[in-house]
Amino acid sequence: MSDIDIRKVLQEELNNIAPEVDIAGVDPAADLREIIDIDSMDFLNFISAVHDRLGIDIPEIDYPKLVTLDGAIAYIGAKLGSGKT
Amino acid sequence: MAELRMPSLGSDMEAGTLVEWLVKPGDRVKRGDIVAVIETQKGAIEIETFEAGEIEQILVDPHSKVPVGTPLAQIRVEREAKPGIAAAVLPPAVAAVPVAAAAVIGAPVAPSLPPVAGAAAAGTRASPAARRLAQERGIDLSTVTGSGPAGAITYADVERALGGAVVAPEKKRAPWLDLDAMRTAIAAAMARSKREIPHYYLEHQVDVTACEQWLTQNNATLPPDNRILIGALAIKAVALAARRFPAFNGFYRENKFEPAQAVHIGVAIAIRGGGLAAPALHDADQLSLDDLMSRMRDLVQRTRAGRIRSSEISDPTITVSSLGERGVELLYGIIYPPQVAIVGFGKTVVRPWVVDGAIGPRSVITITLSGDHRVSDGHAGALFLAEIGKLLQEPSKL
Repeated sequence: MSDIDIRKVLQEELNNIAPEVDIAGVDPAADLREIIDIDSMDFLNFISAVHDRLGIDIPEIDYPKLVTLDGAIAYIGAKLGSGKT
Repeated sequence: MAELRMPSLGSDMEAGTLVEWLVKPGDRVKRGDIVAVIETQKGAIEIETFEAGEIEQILVDPHSKVPVGTPLAQIRVEREAKPGIAAAVLPPAVAAVPVAAAAVIGAPVAPSLPPVAGAAAAGTRASPAARRLAQERGIDLSTVTGSGPAGAITYADVERALGGAVVAPEKKRAPWLDLDAMRTAIAAAMARSKREIPHYYLEHQVDVTACEQWLTQNNATLPPDNRILIGALAIKAVALAARRFPAFNGFYRENKFEPAQAVHIGVAIAIRGGGLAAPALHDADQLSLDDLMSRMRDLVQRTRAGRIRSSEISDPTITVSSLGERGVELLYGIIYPPQVAIVGFGKTVVRPWVVDGAIGPRSVITITLSGDHRVSDGHAGALFLAEIGKLLQEPSKL
């Protein structure tokens, strides 16, 4: 799965949480919680959705690595690369 | 015969609009089943029936606005025979099967249900409003997954099937939510609270390091769907404390306080775009943390999608408002009448703290109580707040 595909999945899931935000226009290095105003419940739903769609385990201790779009793409790319593919 | 009436969901509500029926004449319902959706100032509310039985007659058509108390439907209550038929001759299986089917939401269509006349797809259960929308947009109902009672297709299911393509982007997030009307309802309730309730305020800083450690350990091996948030611990602690301090759990009506028997925590939920609702998490004191967390997740999701149930609006006995992990340390809540208390949780911060004579970093939350002076005093409030803090020291016992 390419970074572009991962970005697409993440943008779709963030869009489900924050439909009114133009996710493509969001600074990929900014803290998602601040910039699109998501709370801990939204973030948990985001992690759940990514877990279900991509089949990767995201332990709570890794949450800080996923708070920016760039960080999340790098984290998931590494997980998918070292995992089954 | 029982009547399902337009409920009053607050003293400021005079009328409601029936948006959609989820049942039709002949359907069997049990207590707590969702039978209709109405639209009020508070958004769309799912109406539950308090009677078990069979829907005899629908009295109000969708999209009609009627005053509070107007009969919406007639329900033939259980054990009440149809005219001319003695109850004893009804074969028990006939009565039992549809009820059992209704108990499983999303279950396949019960074979005993009569096909709906004029249905495009025979055997597909769908509400009249859903059928109309499907017809208008040329959607085949047999391709739609139903989320209503016994798998019935609702208006919202058809909307979902239509997808985002036909719905304007700014509208697609919450078809039922009218944030302007919600703001009017918030303003009415809060103005009444400030006018009528003599508030007093207390605050208490609580070391929640034990909660964080417990959560880290508990969640480490769980998939995301089973993980617990600190907000669930907060709600459980308030619920247990409210049971021990009944003066904070109940309603002030007609110049007197009525303590509530059950503890239904109103969970303050922020809605994107500037809305707020505090629907009830029923019997929060009785739920395990796992159950409480999944119910809270469901409640937040439904509230943000504009699908609150009628009992969740009218039932809360005390409210909890949490700022979550962002924002600020302290909030002063305004009591939601006719309740008599609201407990606020600020964000968790790391502070230097003295534990066993030594200073160290600890995670601290400031918890506040706004209490109703007509019912309780600061002394009792302090004991109540301190109890919540104590309960949070032993999260494994919550």
